[in-house]
Amino acid sequence: MAYLLKGVSILGAAPTDLYINDGVISAPVPDAEVIDAAGLVALPGLVDVHTHLREPGREDAETVETGSRAAALGGYTAVCAMANTSPVADTAGVVEQVWRLGREAGLVDVQPIGAVTVGLAGKQMAELGAMASSAADVRIFSDDGFCVADPKLMRRALEYVKAFDGVIAQHAEEPRLTEGAQMHEGEVSTRLGLTGWPAVAEEAIIARDVLLAEHVGSRLHVCHVSTAGSVEVLRQAKARGVRVTAEVTPHHLLLTDERAEGYDPVFKVNPPLRTRSDVEALRQALLDGVIDVVATDHAPHAVQDKECEWSYARPGMLGLETALPIVLSVFGPKWDLIADRMSIAPARIAGLDGHGGDLTKAGTPANLTLVDPSVQRVVDPAELASISRNTPYAGMTLPGRIVATFLRGEATVLDGKAVK
Amino acid sequence: MIKHLRSAADLDAATATLILDTAAEMAALSGREVKKLPALRGRTVVNLFYEDSTRTRISFEAAAKRLSADVINFSAKGSSVSKGESLKDTALTLQAMGADAVVIRHSASGAPHRLANWVDGSVVNAGDGTHEHPTQALLDAYTMRSRLGRLDGLKVAIVGDVLHSRVARSNVLLLTTLGADVTLVGPPTLIPLDVAAALSKSTKVSYDLDSVLPDSDVVMMLRVQTERMQDSYFPSAREYSRRYGLDMPRMRKLPEHAVVMHPGPMNRGMEIAPEVADSPRSTIVEQVANGVSVRMAVLYLLLGGK
Repeated sequence: MAYLLKGVSILGAAPTDLYINDGVISAPVPDAEVIDAAGLVALPGLVDVHTHLREPGREDAETVETGSRAAALGGYTAVCAMANTSPVADTAGVVEQVWRLGREAGLVDVQPIGAVTVGLAGKQMAELGAMASSAADVRIFSDDGFCVADPKLMRRALEYVKAFDGVIAQHAEEPRLTEGAQMHEGEVSTRLGLTGWPAVAEEAIIARDVLLAEHVGSRLHVCHVSTAGSVEVLRQAKARGVRVTAEVTPHHLLLTDERAEGYDPVFKVNPPLRTRSDVEALRQALLDGVIDVVATDHAPHAVQDKECEWSYARPGMLGLETALPIVLSVFGPKWDLIADRMSIAPARIAGLDGHGGDLTKAGTPANLTLVDPSVQRVVDPAELASISRNTPYAGMTLPGRIVATFLRGEATVLDGKAVK
Repeated sequence: MIKHLRSAADLDAATATLILDTAAEMAALSGREVKKLPALRGRTVVNLFYEDSTRTRISFEAAAKRLSADVINFSAKGSSVSKGESLKDTALTLQAMGADAVVIRHSASGAPHRLANWVDGSVVNAGDGTHEHPTQALLDAYTMRSRLGRLDGLKVAIVGDVLHSRVARSNVLLLTTLGADVTLVGPPTLIPLDVAAALSKSTKVSYDLDSVLPDSDVVMMLRVQTERMQDSYFPSAREYSRRYGLDMPRMRKLPEHAVVMHPGPMNRGMEIAPEVADSPRSTIVEQVANGVSVRMAVLYLLLGGK
């Protein structure tokens, strides 16, 4: 099907007519279905390098299909599904299963991430090559949820994936420094009597890993950077030419540890919400490019896993459907920045060639999303497409509405609703 | 009056003083032959204990019974996530039974805050994890006031494992609200760096017990668990005892009028020498007796007893 996006603003530029035909941006074609896009901004389809889809294993919290729908509604055309499923995505079989489920849902490209170690146990390297050679064509490997803490194993993993241009995405958390940790270590944790997760536990691992990556000449990606100190480590490493990329989550760009005051576990997340000065440093780092991408760390959890004591609750929060509004509320309509940090750079890191393309060029795969920046919306957990309800933004008024999303020229979202 | 007592921070100076004054009236009652008041007749108080704590539970139980309330003891030890019912479901059960107040002891910090979302009655924190134990702080303040006649300007040293102590947190909050000067003493591993900013700006920190004692009106020794040793908070029980234990030579450094407190249960010979615990300066047994009066006052005021 062909579409004409009439009067659309590509990345905030003057209104124009944009044609989509045969899955790509095209020259004008007759009989295109007209979408009145006046006032709408076109962005390359968003790409999330860090999503938890929970399938297989916790289909009561999310499935590949429901997560894909949430992603499309959030403006995404590709998501990278983390490996901490049950069973763990540490074999070609599991990553192919997730990949196939993504294709069947057909709402976004679901790119599986493979585990670095068998069972995420941090002991023995998983068959990374088999996952890379599988139908899922895995390029990002991560034990996310756990840190690859063993320095020798981390070194070997960084080296090994060079054979197929892979990248290790590290969940940077020195486990001995975070035993029993419940929230950011600081004034609030002291007041609340919750065991602290010190910033240094993240910074120490990032410092170690950039040195390891430098030593072996490999690519490193750092998941969910959360502290000002981590930003400084990354800034120095990048200045030296280390091949490191980093992500920040929307929640770490907006929320602080003071949210824990009422002990509502919807605000429990790993790494934890930090302080105002960390938030400021992360924002600046994203502007500077020290942090390359915004990644959601979308982490659905069933009601019973959050409706309990803080210490017993699982860490994590929803993110796919609110990421763009949060980024818009933090940075304003900086469309080039948003396109780079939420689509172009993540597509490059994940090696997703069809995504993050130039919408002004004919022939670019038509992976894009249309945003109405003039709309302010109140986040209502009941309206979310995700099975889970653990959004920390309930009741918040956020700017921007995703009006339509296209995956290879096919609409996945129209008029703000998923087409399937 | 406040509805819940989840934290000592729920209490402003006027409310805290009202509780202490009411506790004094309740204490006068205990000298009488008939110790019961009809104030909470027909009201139901549930003691919901997820941790063993015989002394705190019987203290609350005695308090509620002396006010003629119906008392239900609900021991939920070992319950919660891994087996049995969730806190929410337990709360809904208590709610359906018409609990007017739930006294909760729980190993998870913040459990009373969560509970208050699910019950209509008053929630009283009887110790939650490493967070707070506000009625302990009230009975400590009551004990200080009855021994020394005042709280305003009183110099109080709290010694030991402040990091993991719910007693310390509640005491810092309550005592500074009531005008006392608090100094926290212990090894740096057991005193949070930002404790003053977190709890009360006027709080001081010292790592040297000997220098603090001569200028203290009250020294409160916290229980130190020997397992902390395994986790490298300090090298050995003996070293801890040598540096931060209150023994007879140290006690002699205190001013004549100063008192020695301990929330119990004590590790005799660890943080406190037996001769000190049993000395006339020690208020340890009084603290237990005062606990009942203070908890009576809390239940009476929270439940609007007449």
